[in-house]
Amino acid sequence: MNSSCAQSLHGTGETTPVLEGRGLRVARSGFSILDIDTILIAEGEVLSLVGPNGAGKTTLLVALCMLTKSFQGSIFFKGKKIGEEVSIDTYRRKIAMVFQEALLFNTTVFENVASGLNFRKVKKSKIRHIVDENLERFGIAHLKDRSARTLSGGEAQRVSLARAFALNPDILFLDEPFSALDQPTRESLISDFEAIIGESRTTTIFATHDRMEALRLSDRVAVMDGGKILQMGYPEEVMNHPADEFVASFVGVETILKGKVLEAKEGEIVVSIGGHKIEALGNDPPGEHIILCIRPENVTLSSSSSGAQISARNVFPGVIEKITLLGLHYRVDMDCGFPLVAYVTKHSLENMSLNAGKTIEASFKATAVHVLKAKG
Amino acid sequence: MELIFEGIKRAFILLFTFDPEVMGITLLSIKVSGVATFVSLLIGISVGTAVALSTFPGKKIVVSLINTGMGLPPVVVGLFVSIFLWRNGPLGFLGILYTPLAMIIAQTIIATPIVMGITVAAMQQLPKKLRLQILALGASRVQMVWTLIKEARLPLLAAVMAGFGGVISEIGASIMVGGNIKGYSRVLTTATVMETGKGNFEVAIALSIILLLLAYTINLILTNIQQRERPR
Amino acid sequence: MKRITCTLALALVFLGFCVIPGFSAPPTEKNIILATTTSTQDTGLLDVLIPVFEKKTGHFVKTIAVGSGQAMTMGERGEADVLLVHSPEAEQKFVAADYGVNRKLVMHNDYVIVGPAADPAKIKGIKSAREAFKKIAASTSPFLSRGDNSGTHAKEKSIWKAANIKYEGEKWYQETGLGMGQTLNVASEKKAYTLTDRGTYLALKKNLGLEILAEGDAMLLNIYHVIEVNPSKWPKVNVPGAKAFADFMVSRETQAIIKTFGVEKFGAPLFFPDAGKKDEDLRK
Repeated sequence: MNSSCAQSLHGTGETTPVLEGRGLRVARSGFSILDIDTILIAEGEVLSLVGPNGAGKTTLLVALCMLTKSFQGSIFFKGKKIGEEVSIDTYRRKIAMVFQEALLFNTTVFENVASGLNFRKVKKSKIRHIVDENLERFGIAHLKDRSARTLSGGEAQRVSLARAFALNPDILFLDEPFSALDQPTRESLISDFEAIIGESRTTTIFATHDRMEALRLSDRVAVMDGGKILQMGYPEEVMNHPADEFVASFVGVETILKGKVLEAKEGEIVVSIGGHKIEALGNDPPGEHIILCIRPENVTLSSSSSGAQISARNVFPGVIEKITLLGLHYRVDMDCGFPLVAYVTKHSLENMSLNAGKTIEASFKATAVHVLKAKG
Repeated sequence: MELIFEGIKRAFILLFTFDPEVMGITLLSIKVSGVATFVSLLIGISVGTAVALSTFPGKKIVVSLINTGMGLPPVVVGLFVSIFLWRNGPLGFLGILYTPLAMIIAQTIIATPIVMGITVAAMQQLPKKLRLQILALGASRVQMVWTLIKEARLPLLAAVMAGFGGVISEIGASIMVGGNIKGYSRVLTTATVMETGKGNFEVAIALSIILLLLAYTINLILTNIQQRERPR
Repeated sequence: MKRITCTLALALVFLGFCVIPGFSAPPTEKNIILATTTSTQDTGLLDVLIPVFEKKTGHFVKTIAVGSGQAMTMGERGEADVLLVHSPEAEQKFVAADYGVNRKLVMHNDYVIVGPAADPAKIKGIKSAREAFKKIAASTSPFLSRGDNSGTHAKEKSIWKAANIKYEGEKWYQETGLGMGQTLNVASEKKAYTLTDRGTYLALKKNLGLEILAEGDAMLLNIYHVIEVNPSKWPKVNVPGAKAFADFMVSRETQAIIKTFGVEKFGAPLFFPDAGKKDEDLRK
C-alpha cells in the first residue's frame, strides 16, 4: 500500500523533496498509531492529509515537525537528516504550525503575531514591519491592539495564521485549522487562505477530515486511516480512482458494488452485479471478483418516458427509494436491481417530478466506473 | 470597643511619629518575609513548573507531597528547624539560631510548598497543545518555559501572594528560631503576641493594624501586576 | 515585559540592601544566649539592663524568654550560656548535677495571691499562703495555674504540697500553659485566683480586674539567681560571655538600677537587689 506513496514528485523534476520521512512509527499501549514507510513532500506543494478522527493525521504532523521525539524513524529536510546533519532547533526555526484551536497568548494581537519573531530575536523595527504586513494580509490590521482574549473564533484563527506566516516558514503545518469554525467564517477564511498560499507558494502540509477542503486547497491528497497512508496522489486521481473501498467511501463514492467479471475484451470488461451487466474499463480476467465504484455526480437520471438518446452504455431502470436534501442538491437512492446513488439539482428534481416510489432511468458512462480488486 | 479605638489611635501615632522601635520591627518583618517569599518564589516556580511539565514515574506521589507541604504547620517547621540549628544540633556549627537568617530559612520552608503547589496546578491547567504551539513557533526550551510562565501569570502571582500571606502572618516558627529578641529578631507578629501577653493591648492592636496595612499594601502591588491587562 | 523585569530588578536591589546590613550579626564569640523567664521579660527589667550591659562589654545578648523549667533544660542541653531564673529547688538540682556553675543570688521579689475583688473564697488579709490555698480549694473557686514548669509554677506546687491539698484533676483547678502576663489576663477574664509575682502583676494591673488578696508569707519569696552553664559538659558555651553577664548582674551599678526599677511607673520597686547576701538572710 505504501508503495503508492513513493511516487513521483509534483512535476518538479528530480529536485530533492523539501521534506522526507522514513520509517515513521509510533506505538502507544501496544497499538500502532502511525506506520509510514516513506512520505515525500515537494517544495511549494500543498499536501493534505485526510482521514477520519484517529487516523493518525495529527500524529504524523507532529512527527514531521519534530515537536516530539517520541517516534521512530528519520526525517530529512532538504536532503539533510534532522538531528544529524541539521539540528532540530535549526529545523524548527524554519517551520511553523497552526492548530485547530488558535492557542493565542494572553496579550495583544500585535504581540501574538510577533511572538515567533521575538523568539528568534528579530529587531524591533523589523518586527513591526513584518507584523503589520501580515496583519494586512489576513485582514485583521484593525485588531492590532486588541486583547487576544476578546476575539471571535474566526478572528483568532486569522491571528494564528498571521503569526505563522510572519515567520516566512519553509514549511507550514496546519492541523485541522478550519474545523472549529462555523460555515461562513470557514468559507471566508479558506478563500483568503487559498489566495495567500497561491501567492506565497509556501510548502504546506495540512490535516483535515473534510474532503472538500482537501480537494479545494491541495495539490496532492494523502488518505490516511489506522496510522497508514492508504493512497496519495492528485485529487482527481484519488477521487475517481480510489485505491480501495475505504478510500472510495471516504472520498465520496456513494455506490460501491461487489461483482464478478463476465467478459473481458481490449480493455473493456463486463461485470455481473445482482443479475445485471455493467460495462467498465479494466483488464481483469473473467471470473475475477472485483469492486465497482460509481460517483453519484456521474449518474444521470431521466424519466423512463423521455425517449431521449442516452450515450452512456450503462442504462438501468430503477425505483427511487429515498430522496435526501443535501444543502443545495439532492441525493437520490435507487434500486436498480443493485443499489445506486445519484445527485441531482433542485431544478432537475422538479423538472422530472421525482419522488420516492417513482420509476426512473439511471445511466452512467463506462469510463465513470472505477474498478477495484476485491480483497480476499 | 474603645480598646480598639485606642489601638487604632496608637497605631497612627506610632506610624506618623516614626517610632523607631516600631519602624525597626516593621522593617524587619518586611525584610524577613520579603526575602523568604522571594526565595520561595524562585524555588517554587522553577521546581513546580518542572514537575508540572514533565512526566516521570512517581509523579503523583511527588505532587501529593507538595500539596501536603502546603498545609505544613509553621510551628512544626519551626520546631524542626530549631532542632537542626541548636548549637549541639547537626547544623549548630553555623551558629545561626536566634537570628533573622534562621527566621528566613524557616519561613522559606513554609512558603515554598505553597508556591510550588499552586504553580503545579497553574501550569497543568494550561491548554495541553500550548506547549507544542510555542515550540512550533521556534521557541527554545527556555523560551517555551518562560512563555508558559507568562501565560499562567494570574495563578502564579496568586501563588506568590499566598506564600507571602502565609509567612508575614506566621508566628510559631518565628518565635522558635528567632527568639523574639528586641531590636534584632522581633517582628510584627512576635511583638504582637508578646505585648498581648504583657497585657499591653493597645500596643498589640496597634501592631496588628500595622501588620494588616503592610500585608494589604504588598498585596495591592502584587495584585496590580497580576491584573494588568496587556493592551498598550 | 520590560516593566516586570525592571520591577524584579528593583526588588532584587532592595533585597540586596536588606540582606547586607541586617545580617551582619555580631561575630559568634560576642554572642551570649541568656535563657530567662517570661516574668523578667514582661516586667521590662531586661529591656533596661541588657542595653547597658551590651554597651559596656560589647557583647550581644540573645534573650530567650521561656519558663524557668525550659530555661534550665536549655542549660542542660548546652543551648544557653547563662541563666537568670527563679526556681530554687530546681536550680539546686541543676547545679548539683553539674550543669551549672557559679550560681549567684541577684534579687528577689515576692509572689502574691490575686483574685477577683468579690473574693468568694474569703482569703483577703490571710497571712499564710498555705491557709489561703486551703480556703480556695475548700470553696472550689476557680484557680489558674501556669502549668509550664516555670518558677512560678514550681512555687505554686510547693504551696499546694505544703498545704496537703489535692489539686490535680479537680474541676476548679485549670492549667493555662502560658506565661505570667497571659495567665493573669485569663484569670481576670474568668474571675479566678492565681499565684503571680508582684512585678508582673504591678506591670499589668491597670488592665486586670484582679486584686492582691494575700501576701507577705515568707514562703512567697521569689528569689532570682544567675547561673553560668557548665562548659565542661558543653564546650561550645561562651564562657567569658556568661561570666561577664553574671558579674554584671551582681555588680553595684546594676544592683542600683534594679533597686529603683519600676518606682516611677508603678509607685513601688518591682525587685529588691540582693547580690552578696545569702539565701537564708532573705527569710526574715
